[in-house]
Amino acid sequence: MDFTTFLQQMINGFSLGSMYALIAIGYTMVYGVLRLINFAHGDIMMVGAFLVYLAHAAGLSFPAAVLVGVLGAILVGVLTDKVAYKPLREAPKISLLITAIGISFFLENLFNVLFGGVPRAFPAPDYLTQVIHIGKLYLPTTALVIPVVTLLILAGVLWVLYRTKYGMAIRALAFDIPTVKLMGINADGIISLVFALGSALAAVGGIFYAISYPSIDPLMGIIVGLKAFAAAVLGGIGSVTGAVLGGFILGFTEILVVAAFPDLGGYKDAFAFFFLILVLLFRPTGIMGEDLERGRF
Amino acid sequence: MQKLITNILLLILSVYLIYWAHSHLDNYTLSILNNIGIFAILALSYNLINGVTGQFSLEPNGFVAIGAYTAALFLIPSETKMDMFALVDPAPVVMQMHAGFLPALLIAGVTASVIALLLSFPVFRVRGDYLAIVTLGFGFIIRIFAMNKPAYTNGAMGLNDIPGNANFLWIGLIAVITFVTMLHIISSRFGRAMKAVRDDEDAAIAMGVNTFWIKTVAFMTSAFFEGVGGGLLASFLTTISPDQFTFLLTFQLLIIIVLGGLGSMSGTLLATILVMGGMEWLRFLDDDMEIFGYHTGAHPGMRMVVFAILLVIMMLFARKGLFGDKEISDTVRKRIGRRQQTAGGDA
Repeated sequence: MDFTTFLQQMINGFSLGSMYALIAIGYTMVYGVLRLINFAHGDIMMVGAFLVYLAHAAGLSFPAAVLVGVLGAILVGVLTDKVAYKPLREAPKISLLITAIGISFFLENLFNVLFGGVPRAFPAPDYLTQVIHIGKLYLPTTALVIPVVTLLILAGVLWVLYRTKYGMAIRALAFDIPTVKLMGINADGIISLVFALGSALAAVGGIFYAISYPSIDPLMGIIVGLKAFAAAVLGGIGSVTGAVLGGFILGFTEILVVAAFPDLGGYKDAFAFFFLILVLLFRPTGIMGEDLERGRF
Repeated sequence: MQKLITNILLLILSVYLIYWAHSHLDNYTLSILNNIGIFAILALSYNLINGVTGQFSLEPNGFVAIGAYTAALFLIPSETKMDMFALVDPAPVVMQMHAGFLPALLIAGVTASVIALLLSFPVFRVRGDYLAIVTLGFGFIIRIFAMNKPAYTNGAMGLNDIPGNANFLWIGLIAVITFVTMLHIISSRFGRAMKAVRDDEDAAIAMGVNTFWIKTVAFMTSAFFEGVGGGLLASFLTTISPDQFTFLLTFQLLIIIVLGGLGSMSGTLLATILVMGGMEWLRFLDDDMEIFGYHTGAHPGMRMVVFAILLVIMMLFARKGLFGDKEISDTVRKRIGRRQQTAGGDA
């Protein structure tokens, strides 16, 4: 692998890692607050990408369609919590997990029934798909846009978490929900905020994914969701910066391993799983996490 | 003593009924019964890890696939294998795999069980819900391997011409054995420890229960019967491909055990019949429907939407399913007991 190829692959890894990071943040925040693996999170990402496609097909401009997609994903995410998770806050954990997998299966099959399982071309606008050549380097505009937007969003999320009242409430919830309620904080409202934030980021991640692999289908969220969860565990579940770190590590590894050993291309989707197993075996708390039983952001 | 005699009589009766069904019923009815039997085996074993031990796992499709492929490779004769593997020649070890029907099923079960043991180490070391995501991922990985290792699995084309030894006699008997084994496990020391892990893990640890070991045993037992069930499925269908072992399979089993009651084995049996019947009955949902003169068009997959909604509704409003974690006999006995008490006064 010469230097140009290496640089090229690093750029690809950076955009792939950005997508994983965006989706992983949602997993890690919901887990931090509710100790719930939100199986439907990957499907929220699919809903976001699909709504952009549908809004664009209905005649909206691309930026407007993106807005529809993000708002739609927020709506679905918050509704999922209100309808399906909230009544089960006091129930055994297994009920909550079964409900989450039910919602995930529901969303996948609903979109399958409504729009069919055939992959559809995603309407990425020209200004995002055009390619810039720098020397021998092949640089799609998205390779610049995706990481920049991701870093901006990440800065925004960290600002909300550490510099605002709401962020403080979210971090407090991760420690102890009953006490937070006693302090007069609207815990359910804050949990909705967590779902809204996570879903919005998932939708953005889904849109980036759809632009880079210009097709979408109702089952696209399963594998990406699994990988993003693995990224969240790798970084230390409960930690937002950890999720981002995990996402980038996973993205780079996936791209570089396939570039170095093309034979392993077919197993690309399996790397995240082995990462997950290795982390659980040797460092269950992940890179940034300290103690799984205690919440942290 | 009385209970023992009742149990033995029930056992003899069920074996006789299986034999009777096998020799008297027509092929269509038998194929439905076979399907129910295989799903009962899978659901009963799935309930052990999910319901009795309380560890949310999404493994069945992975282990069923392992069992099905293992058993199929052991059952298919060498000449057929040479013809079947079209993409690449079968791996040498594949050509050496030969076994009779029962040994092949046992090997399938043991293979699944060993893989369950390997998965237990990373998963059960940390407390929490990693089992669900690891097993969910595992199901996908198995499919990826089935697609990418054509020397062992014949890739996307799958394995055909598997000898169809699995008739209702085998399937029915193995279902009965699974049921009796599960009941036995539940009422044993292990079963009580499993329930303790489910109800309060900290308390179980304080009582000296080795929770890691108990979870591993439950997971391995589930995997064993799922592997055997997978072998039966392969032999019953005579053809398998990676697409049969998607998450849909796991989801059907999840619906069954939630409906029957997490932890109730007799409830699971009843729910298997209800859900498998319901799947057939609700087939009309996938077809074109006329509502007030308006055609809906065919919607393949509509049933799955309905089942997903049903699962969520059950979780929200009827979390205990049909029987909670009790067996049907407990429920009946309590009813009779109460009636006798009111009738007999001080009896």
